[in-house]
Amino acid sequence: MLWAALLLPRLGLDALARSVPDADARMQQLALVSRDQACPLIVDAMPRVREAGVRRGQTLAAAQALFPALKTAVRDPAQECRLRELLAGWAYGYSSQVSLREDDAILIEVGGSFSLFGPWPRLERRWREELNALGITHRLAVAPTALGALALARAQDGALVGNAATLRQALDALPIGHARLDPLVVEALRGMGLSRLREVYALPRAGLIRRFGAALAEHLDRLRGAAPDPLPLYRPPDRFHARMEFDHEIESSETLRFPLHRLVGDLCAFLTSRDGGVQQLAIVLEHDPLQFRQRAPTRLAIGLQSPQRDARTIFELCLLRLQASPVPAPVRALGVQAENLPPFVPLARDLFDEARGAQLDWPQLADRLHNRLGADAVYALAVADDPRPEHAWRKRSIAPAAAPVRRPGPRPGWLLRRPLPLRGEPKRILAGPERIEAGWWDGGDLRRDYYVIETQQGQRAWAFRGIGGEAPWLLHGWFA
Amino acid sequence: MSVLAAIPDSAIDAVLRDPRVWRGAANEHEVACVPSGHAALDAILPHRGWTQGAMTEILFDADGTGELALVLPALARLTGQKRHVVLVAPPYLPYAPALFVSGIDLGYLHCVEASADAQASWAAEQCLRSGVCAAVLCWPRQATDRTLRRLQVAAEFGNALGFAFRPARAAANPSPAPTRIRLQAGEGTHLRILKCRGANPPARSIPLRQAG
Repeated sequence: MLWAALLLPRLGLDALARSVPDADARMQQLALVSRDQACPLIVDAMPRVREAGVRRGQTLAAAQALFPALKTAVRDPAQECRLRELLAGWAYGYSSQVSLREDDAILIEVGGSFSLFGPWPRLERRWREELNALGITHRLAVAPTALGALALARAQDGALVGNAATLRQALDALPIGHARLDPLVVEALRGMGLSRLREVYALPRAGLIRRFGAALAEHLDRLRGAAPDPLPLYRPPDRFHARMEFDHEIESSETLRFPLHRLVGDLCAFLTSRDGGVQQLAIVLEHDPLQFRQRAPTRLAIGLQSPQRDARTIFELCLLRLQASPVPAPVRALGVQAENLPPFVPLARDLFDEARGAQLDWPQLADRLHNRLGADAVYALAVADDPRPEHAWRKRSIAPAAAPVRRPGPRPGWLLRRPLPLRGEPKRILAGPERIEAGWWDGGDLRRDYYVIETQQGQRAWAFRGIGGEAPWLLHGWFA
Repeated sequence: MSVLAAIPDSAIDAVLRDPRVWRGAANEHEVACVPSGHAALDAILPHRGWTQGAMTEILFDADGTGELALVLPALARLTGQKRHVVLVAPPYLPYAPALFVSGIDLGYLHCVEASADAQASWAAEQCLRSGVCAAVLCWPRQATDRTLRRLQVAAEFGNALGFAFRPARAAANPSPAPTRIRLQAGEGTHLRILKCRGANPPARSIPLRQAG
């Protein structure tokens, strides 16, 4: 086992920065404050603010005195939690053992990943690139124990300790504060004049247990790998919900393009990590709760014929859907939701197939048409076993066509949706009559004599008149 | 003769195969095509069938003069090869029993409905471009030169057979489609090629449907 600790020192600010669509100048003057109404404390601050001397744990008043242009945002633990979930999903793409036990870090077992992703330096470079692209401030370290990796990450970004003996040496040199001990215990140890872990390990174990309880000894053992450290492992969820709030109202679908692109990117990263695809997703447009109290969030559903996970394809479909239905009211928040994510089977292509064109397959093309033209704009046909012309066909979505048993008389290629009076008398009758007298069983009773006729203009038509031969001609189809 | 004798045969072949060299008779260089299923029509089309990767315009006077029958054998052949065929905004209901009888595999025939002409040409262009559809049939009502050109480019890109069914009065205007066919109804239906790339259009018309 080799654990990588991904420490997230600026989790709150990163989460906030990701929820804001574009980084503006005001972001640089931001500090996160705790939710405490009476006496808000600084939780974290942007680099420019920290340079002015603002520190974690200061009161808001003190921070404002140090940095007058300070902007504040209240810390949102739920937002941080969502970002940790997202990162866990990302890490799950590299390892099946990912733990969210620590609030400010993600633990990833990497010993088993090296054979697939290459040695640690290569994996580390890749991770750092991807994390920077996601906008995550991070520190990384690798050690044989999870707690050891966490302590090392705090001490030295990029530390790599391969075996237990080296870990002991490395831990010995660390300050007590890095070991994630109970803060009261740290205080007490400092009061005893201890500052490095080496000095704590040198103390007699029995005395340490008597004074601080067995939990401390156990923690110290776990740190070194002398005791097992069972971790609750992360399981990727079966649904995806992502949401982005805006400072101002957005009224055009064109402006929603950028945030939508980001959310779809997140969705596809998530899908890739769990090796799934998406078949049903929804874009949720939330409107201003004050102005449009009555208006429920607008849901734009997007259905795909087969599971997909290519970010460009899905983004294009979302755009088409957005363009097809204009934004009904100003939008304050945008969400992308996907439930039950089916497994993804990539399309197999023939190696020697000289495919041309945009390289789509039929389901993708149909999705594209559906989203622009409407859900029932694309259909296939099937033959139905019914003697009545209007009922002898039906629209079909998926089920295969059954071969009809009947072989009736001549049938036209075009059928009129409803029969129309024939203009003028037919020039000649080519075939007929074919009597169709059916439908008594469901009330759609009809009694007609059908003829193939030629009109004065040389058109060939399928027309009928009522039984008896005196009724006017009604046109029902064209032999096109 | 003496000059020709000095040139190796392969060089002449290369020159003759160049599509820029026009020869009076139908040239034989490789153009992928789908037999139309009408022997008389295949005989006078320059590539002995509908050209792939190109639009074909069918100009007809009135409904029911055989305009669909002209393309049905090719569609039956394509769907039989499990290739997709799309009807974009057909003017009437494509009647499944008749299509089935003419040999079309209905599993590979799709219809697309569009509310407006612009939507229909968008859909037709998407289908032609996609490379999925072997043939795309469309009925542009107010086709400008620009939309037709777009369709032609899309058909080339996706290597699809494109059919545009247009009223006969459009025959007077030029069109970017490489093949244009005029149907004349009267006593039976006759067919005349107005334009075809790769050869002079034949002057005579051929019967498509007998009268009576």
